[in-house]
Amino acid sequence: MSEAILQVNHLSKSFGKNEVLRDIDFSVNKGDVTSIIGSSGSGKSTLLRCINLLETPTSGEILYRGQNIETLKGGQNEYRSHVGMVFQSFNLFANMTVLKNCIIGQTKVLGRDKQEAEENAMKFLTKVGMAPYINAKPHQLSGGQKQRVAIARALAMSPDVLLFDEPTSALDPEMVGEVLSVMKDLANEGMTMLVVTHEMAFARDVSNRVIYMNKGVICEDGPPQQIFGAPQRPETKEFLARFLSL
Amino acid sequence: MDKFTTLYADIVKIWGEFSSQYLSGIVSTLSLAFVATAIGCIIGLVCGILQTIPYTKNDNIFKRGFLWIIRGIVRIYVEVFRGTPMVLQAMFIYFAIPYFTNNMVNLDVIPTAYLVVSINTGAYMAETVRGGILSIDPGQTEGAKAIGMNHLKTMLYVILPQTIKNIIPQIGNNFIINIKDTSVMFIIGYTELFTTHKAIAGAKYVYFPSAAITMVLYLALTVISSILLRWWEDLMDGPDNFDVATTDTLALTSGTYNYRGDKKKKRTEKQKAEKEAENE
Repeated sequence: MSEAILQVNHLSKSFGKNEVLRDIDFSVNKGDVTSIIGSSGSGKSTLLRCINLLETPTSGEILYRGQNIETLKGGQNEYRSHVGMVFQSFNLFANMTVLKNCIIGQTKVLGRDKQEAEENAMKFLTKVGMAPYINAKPHQLSGGQKQRVAIARALAMSPDVLLFDEPTSALDPEMVGEVLSVMKDLANEGMTMLVVTHEMAFARDVSNRVIYMNKGVICEDGPPQQIFGAPQRPETKEFLARFLSL
Repeated sequence: MDKFTTLYADIVKIWGEFSSQYLSGIVSTLSLAFVATAIGCIIGLVCGILQTIPYTKNDNIFKRGFLWIIRGIVRIYVEVFRGTPMVLQAMFIYFAIPYFTNNMVNLDVIPTAYLVVSINTGAYMAETVRGGILSIDPGQTEGAKAIGMNHLKTMLYVILPQTIKNIIPQIGNNFIINIKDTSVMFIIGYTELFTTHKAIAGAKYVYFPSAAITMVLYLALTVISSILLRWWEDLMDGPDNFDVATTDTLALTSGTYNYRGDKKKKRTEKQKAEKEAENE
């Protein structure tokens, strides 16, 4: 049994009267690549945003290495620096170059010196194939390039776990490929990842665990062979019917 | 036409006699407007940061109460100094201290003028900055929070640089308004361009010629300021193109802009080729 990095206990989230998440329970172990699938509005993104405290859970708790993240020693900002997040809309800092985007967090949050931060940033920018573009501003890049920089920015913080919030949903098919291949490499290197995605092939082939969410609850949770090969629940079957028939 | 000839003669005469007074008036007008706009911007930025400190219902009562009071103070400051005439604010502040101390303590004119114009500009800038912050995509804040930045760092490194770029036109507005509106500081005896005009006009009975000179001087100041502000705005935009940091041409893919060195290189190559052709 490997070490649980994140543990979600009885998590619920409501926006006013609208209950988006109900009694969510699951944990993420070191080295896990977990895909969260489900139709739009099923609460996948909200779950991920709760885990990074971009939304405050209504009830329940999230434990990071056994500690409640809302009352964590060192505060929420330190917790966030250990948990990388990649957004659907990239959210690169528009006022900084690609290189600066990958350095700023290291120097201003982790307190690394500039030289070390730059070398580290270059390492990850090279890894995602964006090293030639270090002097570009985000608005000068294509969507796939932006997302690869965003991944490098998250990696440069040396996170324990990376959260991906539909990282390819805003991209055209060609760019989806370049981003997914970067993610696949990371998975193979043992990065702990929690991926909200509509890319069923990625969920099936790359992740070692798939969570299917429906109407704010975890409907089915298991290895990809089970979810895609022999789904237990009728909702899962129905959701995957279109993908599997392809 | 006679009148215009006389006017021209008057202007030349007044300018010849008093040009140094007008110029020192310009200097004090400009320095007051510039310093007060700069301080006003700083006040505005600080208010902007304070007003946007986030809190959730899970925060303790002290933090929420503290933030509530801060927002209240900023709000009152903005309403009071935006909602009363600056000329009155100047008198109010200038005469308040002597009143309460039975004339034991008196404020100097120059610091008072700087203070009044600064806090007046600050009240406008507070709202401008707040609007500027609201206009930045919330994704920028989320991106900063997600890598562990606190509110202050998020503001200083990510949000405010973008905000400032967006509000430069409004900063320019305030600067130009200040160039003109510092003239009301004559009420407490601050000597700037308008006060200079009044003194010269009154002493020599040359009301219209001096007013004409002063009009032109104010217009020159504001127009030159506009041009400089536009230039500053362009400067903040940064270069349109970027250098691809590699010499490997295979790395150049779609979405790559022109390499800035290209034009120059092509030109020198062309010149070289022409020279060789000549030699042959």
